[in-house]
Amino acid sequence: MPNVQIAPEQASTIAPQIDLVLYVLTGLSVFFFFAVCAVLVFLAIRYRKGTKVNRTIVDPHAGTALELTWTIIPTIMAIAMFFWATVVFFQYSRIPDDAMEVLVTGKQWMWKIQHPNGKREINELHVPVGVPVKLTMTSEDVIHSFFVPAFRVKRDVLPGRYSNLWFEPTKTGTYHLFCAEYCGTDHSRMVGQVVVMEPEDYQRWLAGEFTAVPAASAGEQLFTKLGCVTCHEGNSPRGPALKDVFGKEVQLQTGEIVLADEDYIRESILNPQAKLVAGYPPLMPTFQNQIKEQDIFTLINYIKSMKDDQESGSQS
Amino acid sequence: MSTIAARPESALMPKRHYANVKHSVASWLLTTDHKRIAILYLISITVFFAVGGFFASMIRLELLTPKGDLFDGDTYNKMFTLHGIIMIFFFLIPSIPAVLGNFLIPLMVGAKDLAFPKINLLSWYLYIIGGLLAVWALVKGGVDTGWTFYTPYSSTYAKTEVFLAVSAAFIAGFSSILTGLNFIVTIHKMRAPGLTWFRLPLFVWAHYATSLIQILGTPVVAITLVLVGVERIWGKGIFDPSLGGDPVLFQHLFWFYSHPAVYIMILPGMGVISEVITCFSRKRIFGYEFIAFSSLAIAIVGFLVWGHHMFVSTQSTYAGMVFSFLTFLVAVPSAIKVFNWTATLYKGEITFEAPMLYAFGFIGLFTIGGLTGLFLGAMATDIHFHDTYFVVAHFHYVMVGGMVMGFMCGLHFWWPKMTGRMYPATIASIAAIIVFIGFNLTFFPQFILGYLGMPRRYHEYAAEFQVLNVMSTAGASILGVGYAIPGFYFMWSLFFGPAAGPNPWGAKGLEWQTQSPPTTFNFDEGQPIVVEEAYAYSIGGSESVS
Repeated sequence: MPNVQIAPEQASTIAPQIDLVLYVLTGLSVFFFFAVCAVLVFLAIRYRKGTKVNRTIVDPHAGTALELTWTIIPTIMAIAMFFWATVVFFQYSRIPDDAMEVLVTGKQWMWKIQHPNGKREINELHVPVGVPVKLTMTSEDVIHSFFVPAFRVKRDVLPGRYSNLWFEPTKTGTYHLFCAEYCGTDHSRMVGQVVVMEPEDYQRWLAGEFTAVPAASAGEQLFTKLGCVTCHEGNSPRGPALKDVFGKEVQLQTGEIVLADEDYIRESILNPQAKLVAGYPPLMPTFQNQIKEQDIFTLINYIKSMKDDQESGSQS
Repeated sequence: MSTIAARPESALMPKRHYANVKHSVASWLLTTDHKRIAILYLISITVFFAVGGFFASMIRLELLTPKGDLFDGDTYNKMFTLHGIIMIFFFLIPSIPAVLGNFLIPLMVGAKDLAFPKINLLSWYLYIIGGLLAVWALVKGGVDTGWTFYTPYSSTYAKTEVFLAVSAAFIAGFSSILTGLNFIVTIHKMRAPGLTWFRLPLFVWAHYATSLIQILGTPVVAITLVLVGVERIWGKGIFDPSLGGDPVLFQHLFWFYSHPAVYIMILPGMGVISEVITCFSRKRIFGYEFIAFSSLAIAIVGFLVWGHHMFVSTQSTYAGMVFSFLTFLVAVPSAIKVFNWTATLYKGEITFEAPMLYAFGFIGLFTIGGLTGLFLGAMATDIHFHDTYFVVAHFHYVMVGGMVMGFMCGLHFWWPKMTGRMYPATIASIAAIIVFIGFNLTFFPQFILGYLGMPRRYHEYAAEFQVLNVMSTAGASILGVGYAIPGFYFMWSLFFGPAAGPNPWGAKGLEWQTQSPPTTFNFDEGQPIVVEEAYAYSIGGSESVS
């Protein structure tokens, strides 16, 4: 049993790239470390007290060239490593447009996951292999951090805003999911697993033991139940219509232009007066403390699904 | 040609020195003598080191097995939090500056005391008040936020003694600010005639750079901790988004101090190494100006890298890029120091006393600590390593492998000066080797644990991490033995150690030109006049340099 593993599995497209940066950094570090040690040990032995070696120093100022050498070479290497690591990071931070979106809510001390069709699970995330997956994450309480070592991905999960993370699994299997940001009593139990499945198995899993209420139609129900529908449908003067609004720019009363993304919609539900759309009165009540994070997700999904093409562009 | 001065056996303890002029408790508690204050600090930080070390050993004991079978989650969380708070605020930050710096800076610049002796005593009292508050927090039930006090956990959710702990760190911070202020004024205004800036020992340069960070950085963390208290007590929304605050703002403010604080915890150690390497190589230091300026470079650039703690925090990618770049740059001055120390050995006349062994240990371990910092400064690899045991290993290599080794190095080097007595050399060398072995066995496996993905601050962990954790715990027990041994022989030395004489190592520097232990006002024959550069040992052509 005590066979010691020294490297984690590589199970995502980004993992080999990150590991390559890591190997090169390790190689350079090992080289520098052993070079320093070798010189140190050699000099310490050669010039130990009592040895008969030449100790005359001809020119005590001869050091400048050496100083410049060992300043400039490490600087160049450091800048090169910085550059490469940053390029890899930027690739990682660009989320593919076709990524499948899964919603993640962290709370002390569990992970709540919601799939595109509305299926929910806790402390487990099932995903298909070979498909980019985008996580949209928020927290109900303190800061958590979503960490899957086998994918080499990690991102803090914050209360009060959304953060994103994406990965594309390359191997089926079960991998650790850890909370990496200390969050209190059972931080070390805020763990779970990511199950990577063949796409057809994933589809079967997604449909199994579950009467699919697509998230969007669950959203429609909520939209009605919470009364959003009274002001946000048709051409009501009380509130802006939400059809086709997601991902567009909106002009506010202050003249400012903002992008209607997840964070904006979330803020407008919880703190409606913060960024009022131009031309509408400040009528909407706050839903702070009255709606769960997962329901906000559901509403946002519904708003995303409200495209013009559903009603064949009846409005301008 | 200077050789090692008279062996200790032939020396006699001086009749009068700073420690025996008066004996009452009040004469110690109300002293304004920088040397006595240094001793007060030495005793107090040793007590805190023991408390922090106790928590460390409990942590390692719990982590022997994957299950949380020794403590429950809350208790474990309090243990690593108190380990961190005590070791950082009450041991590492004051360690070399407040003990060795306090004792030596006036001696090294040829002054009779620091510029503000009463403020120096005030710093110690502030430190003690802070320390007592920390102990009170501990006794009242502890605190469980981690030493980083991340919001909104610390400001809203934690049910432990956060306010007391935050107050403790706040008050200790003022002690640090006042010490830094005292050093800066002393170094500017009280240097002996002839002691120009470029004749100063590098220990003094390192403390000058450290003091700059202390007075510029510490107020920011003090304000931040006040804000946490305000949110916690009065519910004013600053960091908690449900009150309208921003949790990431806390991280910016906190690391704006706490990253430079890492340099408070390493620069003084570097200063010690420069003194010791030259002494036991009997040679002028290689690249004096480069080492001196690299301390300042570290202090200045060190203020601009705090965002590398926040690459996965949703901080802007472009901001992260700048922080990453500066982090790579700040590695260069550290590398320069390592190369210069190594080059100093060239053509030296090297002996291997205990302080020199600690100095070699420092160079090796600090190099590993510094290089692994690059893995965390590179954005691509940091997303994997962030908040794992790799980080734990990295900062222990810097702070324990660097600063604690540096502190032990300096303590062994200047112990004869501070107490007038020698300690048993062979046992000291053995202890140094035990510390080195124990340290590596404790912390090296943690690099691999971090790579495998074990998050830090985990009280239970996946079974496949156990073997490496057992190695780490085994190493910790060796390390504990290595730290305990000096406790015994230093105590022995105080009473039975042979008298050291003024300069047992044959070292250069003004502190060695007065008796050991020095008298209250250091130089009874009047202020010394400096006519030569630092480290004017016989090798290295010092005579030929102006």
